[in-house]
Amino acid sequence: MKTAVIDPIVTIRSRTVVMPSTNIDTDQLVPARFLTTTTKEGLGKALFADWRYDADGKPRPDFILNRPEAAGCRVLVAGRNIGCGSSREHAPWALVDYGFQAVISTEIADIFRNNSLKNGLLPVVVDEATHVWLLANPGAEVEIDLASASLSVPGRAAVTFPIDPFARYCLMNGVDELGFLLSKDDAIKAYEAKRVA
Amino acid sequence: MSAPKTMFEKVWTAHEVVPETADTPAVIFIDLHLTHEVTTPQAFSLLRERGLRVRRPDLTLATMDHATPTRTEQVFGGAPITIDSAAKQIRQLEVNCADFGIELLGLQDARRGIVHIIGPELGVTQPGKTIVCGDSHTSTHGAFGALAFGIGTTEVGHVLATQCLLQKKPKTFAIEVDGRLAAGVTPKDLILAIIGKVGVSGGTGHVFEYRGAAIRAMSMDERMTVCNMSIEAGARAGMIAPDDTTYAYLADSPRAPKGAAWEAALARWRSLPSDPGASFDNAVHIDAATLEPMVTYGTNPGMVVAVNGHVPDRKGDPVFDAAMKYMGLNPGEPIGNAPVNVVFVGSCTNGRLSDLRAAARVLRGRKVASGVHMLVVPGSQEVKRLAEAEGLHDVFRAAGAEWRESGCSMCLGMNGDTVGKGQYSVSTSNRNFEGRQGVGARTLLASPETAAASAIRGRVTDPRELLS
Repeated sequence: MKTAVIDPIVTIRSRTVVMPSTNIDTDQLVPARFLTTTTKEGLGKALFADWRYDADGKPRPDFILNRPEAAGCRVLVAGRNIGCGSSREHAPWALVDYGFQAVISTEIADIFRNNSLKNGLLPVVVDEATHVWLLANPGAEVEIDLASASLSVPGRAAVTFPIDPFARYCLMNGVDELGFLLSKDDAIKAYEAKRVA
Repeated sequence: MSAPKTMFEKVWTAHEVVPETADTPAVIFIDLHLTHEVTTPQAFSLLRERGLRVRRPDLTLATMDHATPTRTEQVFGGAPITIDSAAKQIRQLEVNCADFGIELLGLQDARRGIVHIIGPELGVTQPGKTIVCGDSHTSTHGAFGALAFGIGTTEVGHVLATQCLLQKKPKTFAIEVDGRLAAGVTPKDLILAIIGKVGVSGGTGHVFEYRGAAIRAMSMDERMTVCNMSIEAGARAGMIAPDDTTYAYLADSPRAPKGAAWEAALARWRSLPSDPGASFDNAVHIDAATLEPMVTYGTNPGMVVAVNGHVPDRKGDPVFDAAMKYMGLNPGEPIGNAPVNVVFVGSCTNGRLSDLRAAARVLRGRKVASGVHMLVVPGSQEVKRLAEAEGLHDVFRAAGAEWRESGCSMCLGMNGDTVGKGQYSVSTSNRNFEGRQGVGARTLLASPETAAASAIRGRVTDPRELLS
């Protein structure tokens, strides 16, 4: 059985891309018409499709991901409550396929956060003051250290962010959770034996 | 005596295979896994890559709904499905279910429909169960006192392989709804008002429990409409305590327990409601009697206003300003000014028989306004059969509306049933996000009654003007 199924994350150093909109829902991250795929690969081209391209499929020059300063950025700073709405895992698949490794906001919706953790995309929830600074300083060079669960930005004290210890272990070791669940087979069997159908 | 427990805590505890520790989440057993064509292909691929089987095909049920055609000739007549990739996805689900031994209610099956409509209809949705599906509106099943929530495709793979999920225990949130809804005000209006009050992220990290006289008075169809939209307030699950209304609904359903098993199940189910004095982490109170029919004016389901009210004026709030620009509406104008190009009645929110009856009551003997395209899509083939048995399809067709086969259809437009760019759609579905019903589509969420009234007038209309 394979154990390392995602690239381990230890430290992420990158400039930020800032999308200040509040409530960026997963229909914006990947519109529904792209969900008829049967694989995970190649969804990066669908990321933010309706904001990124015009009706003829040409890149909108004013959209942040189409601007030269966004090239190579691996950290997305988003407005409050990113990832709300649909449970589609295509949203983190698209972000990862595009090249993002972390999403920072003050609030991250539950299902999107769970889905991100399972795909090597780090959800980072920060305090309001840090968020305000990040929104005001697009392109800032940030460092995210997973071992200490901390975010460093230039000229400010590092801040810590909450992360479930198990999820952190999986991310840092490139291990997925299925292996852990499969290792609980005896407990599952015992539960099934006493379960009322 | 043990401390009073909430219904959520009782269901959670009963499903702990391994309790949560400081270092690891809980392993939770899943009683029912509902699956569909769109969020499963990559999960089955994972099973193949790892050489794994589906652990409990007996607790797994598949159907197809999201990308399926609603045109009869494409469902039953052998006409090619409009979207090639959707057709491929449908075939892939057939292959996956055959390979892994999962029961599939396929494209031409009389029991097929939207996954959240057929679970209750078949009676596999039951109080006290843990129910998951790769779809955020899985919260619908909480109307029966089940703990039901949406998951991603990786988690779909986990449940297929182990029948379990790794979960951190969420918090609880009581939504107390006192009083009675006035005539012409529906559970859809109530849930839109709740989302407006709690906010689209107010429920994040929580499981809702809807309580109070207004909830107790609701039918199962109505309770499902309320629980369905819990996720639009950020809550993955919403629950309602089972009661005689719940048991009467299930007693008639094909796959509910029968005979002695029914009596045993009833005894278990009756112990589920939250104990008196159980405490919730958060609570909100709403007086149902004060509510009016509601409609959304913006680009998230929390941007709601009374149907006879005005678009608020929050100029300077970036979310509001962006919504006004996208929707082409003006701060302070009556929402009744909004023109209507498309009306959609259907979806897992409002695609049940009672919803179609409600729309038909308004439409009977009337015509859809010229220039308005109205689409009525039953939530399941069974809903379609029952609706046709009482002639509802004739009412819709006589009014000038289209009557289709079941599916998610124009709720998210995956199957090609879309709203055009810049067009206004009054929709009984659950999301008014930008582009949700089609690129550039402008969605106003409302009840079936409001949708039907708006179709007749060609403007957003208070249904009470046509019901009196």
